[in-house]
Amino acid sequence: MNENPAALIPELTLVAGAVLGLLLGSWLPRRRQWWVRVVTACACLAGIVATGAAMAGEPQKVFGDSYAIDTATNAGRLIVLVAVLLVICLSSEEIGAHPRETEFHVLMQLGALGTIMLAGASDVLLLVAAYLLASIPLYALAGFAKDASGTEASLKYYLMGAFLGIALLGGTTILYGSGGATNYAALARNLPTAPPPVVGIALVAVLGGLLFKIGAVPAHFWVPDVTEGAATSVAAFVTTVPKIGGLIAAYRLLVDSIPAVSLNWPLLVAILAAASMTLGNLAAFFQDNVRRLLAYSTISQVGYILMAIAVAGKSALALPGTLFYLGAYAVTNLGAFAVVAAVPRTTRLEDYRGLGRAHPMLAGGLVVCLLGLVGTPPTSVFLGKLEVFTAAIDGDFVWLAVLAVLNTVASLFYYLRWILPVFSPASESTKVMVLKGRWAAATAYLAAAASLLLGMAGGAVLPLTAGPLVP
Amino acid sequence: MLTLIVFLPLVAAVVLAAVPESAGRRPFLVGWIGITAIDAVLVVLAWIASDTGGGMSYEQNVRWIPSAGVAYHVGVDGLSLPLVAMTALLFLACAVYSLRQTHRVKSFVLLFLFLQTVSLGLFTALDLILFFVYFDLSIVGMYFVIAGWGHGQAKRSALTFFLYTFVGSLALLLGFIGLYLAAEPHTFDIIALATANPLAGRGAYAALVLLAIGIGLAVKTPTVPFHTWLPPAHTDAPAAGSAILAGVLLKMGTYGFVRIAMPLLPETWRQYAGAVVVIGVVSVLYGALVALAQQDFKRMVAYTSVNHMGYVVLAVGATGLWAGSDAQARSLAVTGAVTQMVSHGLITAALFLLAGVFYDRRGTYDMGAYSGVAGPAPLFAAATGVAAFASLGLPGFSGFIAEFQIFTGSLASATIGTALAVLGILITAGLFLRVLHRVFLGTLRLPDAPGAGRDFADLHRSEVVSVLPLLALAVVIGVVPRFLLEVIEPASATLIGLVGR
Repeated sequence: MNENPAALIPELTLVAGAVLGLLLGSWLPRRRQWWVRVVTACACLAGIVATGAAMAGEPQKVFGDSYAIDTATNAGRLIVLVAVLLVICLSSEEIGAHPRETEFHVLMQLGALGTIMLAGASDVLLLVAAYLLASIPLYALAGFAKDASGTEASLKYYLMGAFLGIALLGGTTILYGSGGATNYAALARNLPTAPPPVVGIALVAVLGGLLFKIGAVPAHFWVPDVTEGAATSVAAFVTTVPKIGGLIAAYRLLVDSIPAVSLNWPLLVAILAAASMTLGNLAAFFQDNVRRLLAYSTISQVGYILMAIAVAGKSALALPGTLFYLGAYAVTNLGAFAVVAAVPRTTRLEDYRGLGRAHPMLAGGLVVCLLGLVGTPPTSVFLGKLEVFTAAIDGDFVWLAVLAVLNTVASLFYYLRWILPVFSPASESTKVMVLKGRWAAATAYLAAAASLLLGMAGGAVLPLTAGPLVP
Repeated sequence: MLTLIVFLPLVAAVVLAAVPESAGRRPFLVGWIGITAIDAVLVVLAWIASDTGGGMSYEQNVRWIPSAGVAYHVGVDGLSLPLVAMTALLFLACAVYSLRQTHRVKSFVLLFLFLQTVSLGLFTALDLILFFVYFDLSIVGMYFVIAGWGHGQAKRSALTFFLYTFVGSLALLLGFIGLYLAAEPHTFDIIALATANPLAGRGAYAALVLLAIGIGLAVKTPTVPFHTWLPPAHTDAPAAGSAILAGVLLKMGTYGFVRIAMPLLPETWRQYAGAVVVIGVVSVLYGALVALAQQDFKRMVAYTSVNHMGYVVLAVGATGLWAGSDAQARSLAVTGAVTQMVSHGLITAALFLLAGVFYDRRGTYDMGAYSGVAGPAPLFAAATGVAAFASLGLPGFSGFIAEFQIFTGSLASATIGTALAVLGILITAGLFLRVLHRVFLGTLRLPDAPGAGRDFADLHRSEVVSVLPLLALAVVIGVVPRFLLEVIEPASATLIGLVGR
């Protein structure tokens, strides 16, 4: 049994960062808490370096085959850590000098750690542990602002999470009962002899938990409320980071443990994908609040990525498509949130009138990110969509690809509803157009540039996402 | 060389973006004209030095995203070189025309430079994804032109334009993915796909791919029944925007037929060519008849675009009707189609720029409100007259050369369709003569516009300098077309060979 702790350096740095941050935060005076931010950023950077080293190494399974370190995990680590760095930057003004700044950073690191573990878990019990670690800190974060809307968001988030967490645990129990093991590889050996209806129920329950994490239909009800109610930085984090781990976990679970079972899970996932993208888009149509609009847009984006999960194992493009799309989505979505954070007093679409005049750079960044979310070339989401659509058609889900195309067109409508006022002449109430955050604005530029660059340099990045899962 | 031509405007845009807006209009406009002029000269040099033997010139193939089968593959042949040249010329004309532009000049110039790169890029792309990238970006660029500098219900028209053409572009993407998956090894390279002919004998699958690509291109072209976005977009766009939209962007659709649909899906194209011919003929007649009913000058020109693009669709459709025609006729039809693209680009752009004069002076395009304009503005009347005659296909103009070749090439294989399409010329002749008669002759009558004087100022220098070369070139092509046809003909022969497989 491989129990090499050195294989877990990215995870361990996050743990160390969280513990050190907590200790530091307890002793530091209130106005010096920015040290915790530095510690968090250092932990992320160290994690990124360690991940780079791990990418060069051989894929392996560690700790009783319960944790896989392969292309998917490494990509997940990289995306999560970069996303956390971006959130640290965009939260600088909102969270900086906040009395509980330390808590924010510690909770965020723990949540990120849980997400990375979700991506790597190849044992259902570890999946449950990772789920809890990725969820509980976020419930607290959602109520970080301690105001009415934040508390409501937090409570709603917690109730949904607790309910679907129980479902996940129940599914795990049934899987263990019918398969006689919790390890994916062992499950793959044993499940074919188990009664299919039982396995089906277990799979639905386990998927339920993961759907909650990624905010997909039908476990999406918390997304708009948390995105609107929580602080902007928290909203950016919870709509981006947990999806990374949740989707990779779903991919790994379906490919590694369920493949030989006579269940039509590809169809189930395809239907979930179709429902997510369609409902997310339809609900986003007439949203007037930018955060709610972004919330529904993330629901629809998850639908596109689920397309690739539906053909997991059938198309060679499914895994690269999922991973690349996740990276592209993380950067682009955080870019859009960074713009929201940079002009914090604008909440409605109408408030963005005149942004193009007042802050042309910021407006440019917003347009790149929004058109990126639509999937306009040459941004990175376009390349992600190209991979995902190709994978879907390759896996004989042509109807799903056609539906996704129609959805893309529909989504254009509401993204344009946001872009249009940006270039309209300003109304009288332009006082809200105060650029509050230099850091947040810089994050927006950086994310927009990264989104473009990732799309154009896709040739260099895509090979990193190709590579089989460790069996 | 091609990369330089394509990206020069974009580089210039980046440089100009660094100039603060407070520097005034001058540096932007001068820089814009300078860059477009240099680009046009480069294209002319490239034309002179190109090899016109029917193959690709200036080909360049760089790995871009190898794991997704995408490459930066560019090149020009007889089908694309004339369009590249026309594009460079039209952008130069628009730059000169916009000398008097005062409203948010910096963004306007940057946007047009961006659009120029995108348009030139599309005609040189030899990779489906590269083609698609440019195709989509052209929509984004034009959206901002219409929404930002249009008039009337500009926002609404821009949104309609974006949604419509974006639907088309995504259908196109699905078709491209279908081609990609069919090819072994998977690739988006147009040349490789044309050689491999991956969809030969793949019945329904090939038909679906052609349908997806066909819808995408038909929306952009636009043909009936996908043309409804066109009139509002044209009517509400600024004059230079309309000129680029009609002159360059519409060609992206028809160019796609000869570059992608025909050579990559030859068997399926021949199978469904009859339907294409029908759509082409309907577009010709419907476009002409609706144009006849218009009160709005710009709207009328927009509908004549539907009519003129219909000829192109007819020609490419007739080429696919294999029985009843020989290789020479088919080749003639394709040559006519490409000539028509160039000719329509020149003439319609000129017409739209002239239409802008109406709006500039009096704030309306309503033809019923004008009469006797030839009195105060003889130059304007003359230029519009020449453009109108060129547009209706009078001998001596490029339109005649194009339509003559199209009809001659199509007659044998699509006899009834061609006979019906010829009626389109008659209708356009009627409508243009009626316009000239109503607007320019008779007693002087002008619509009242707040702030405008009593007279109707004749063409300004910048308007003359931008419009006349376009018309002059239309005449040159009409009188001595050899220099153009010699470039197109070998490429159409190659294309016919590919479709014949």
